[in-house]
Amino acid sequence: MKIYVTSVFVDNQAKALAFYRDLLGFQVKHDIDMGGGNRWLTVVSPEAPEGTELLLEPSGHPAVGPYKAALVTDGIPAASFMVEDMDAEVARLKGKGVQFTVEPMDAGTVLMAVFDDTCGNLIQIVQMKG
Amino acid sequence: MSMDADQLDRIFKALADPTRRGLVDRLATRPGQSLFELCAAAVADGQPAMSRQAVSQHLDMLEKAGLVQVTWVGRTKLHTLDLTPLRAAQAAWLGRHM
Repeated sequence: MKIYVTSVFVDNQAKALAFYRDLLGFQVKHDIDMGGGNRWLTVVSPEAPEGTELLLEPSGHPAVGPYKAALVTDGIPAASFMVEDMDAEVARLKGKGVQFTVEPMDAGTVLMAVFDDTCGNLIQIVQMKG
Repeated sequence: MSMDADQLDRIFKALADPTRRGLVDRLATRPGQSLFELCAAAVADGQPAMSRQAVSQHLDMLEKAGLVQVTWVGRTKLHTLDLTPLRAAQAAWLGRHM
């Protein structure tokens, strides 16, 4: 058994695609019409195109809104991605207008920062300390 | 700022716990920290891991004592240390015996 897909609930799939593909730089792996205006929309990192997919999942279920809001209130990220160079990545994303809610900080074994995905989630990035 | 007995109770009770004093120490380093940041900073400091629920309850006691002020950035709740009640407590009672 292996983990092939994990998901974040996004407020709007088209907007999420603009953020995750066009700003973060991920690539679309699957984009399948599921009917009812919903898509099976997954992206992968260009650094690992055969790696775990991220499903940009619709937020339609009534439990999703309160769940997401409660995480954001406490500043808790919905997903965590790994970067090689925290400073370079933060500079790149800020240059594209990404809003950080936690500036890069030491979190023990990793450096970490948190930004807003504009789709109702906070996303963490980490760099392993050498 | 004058203080009644209830206010003094809340302040001293809020400080009568090593975890809450640790949160005060952490908030003293930087204003405007979320629950998540405070938990992450505790791990980085090599503190024993605490549940977010527990930290949330500790912050609530500090807030009720007036030692933590809450602000919102977007939809995220941030916590900032406010020593005004502690100074008032010193003026109202503690200072008399020091």
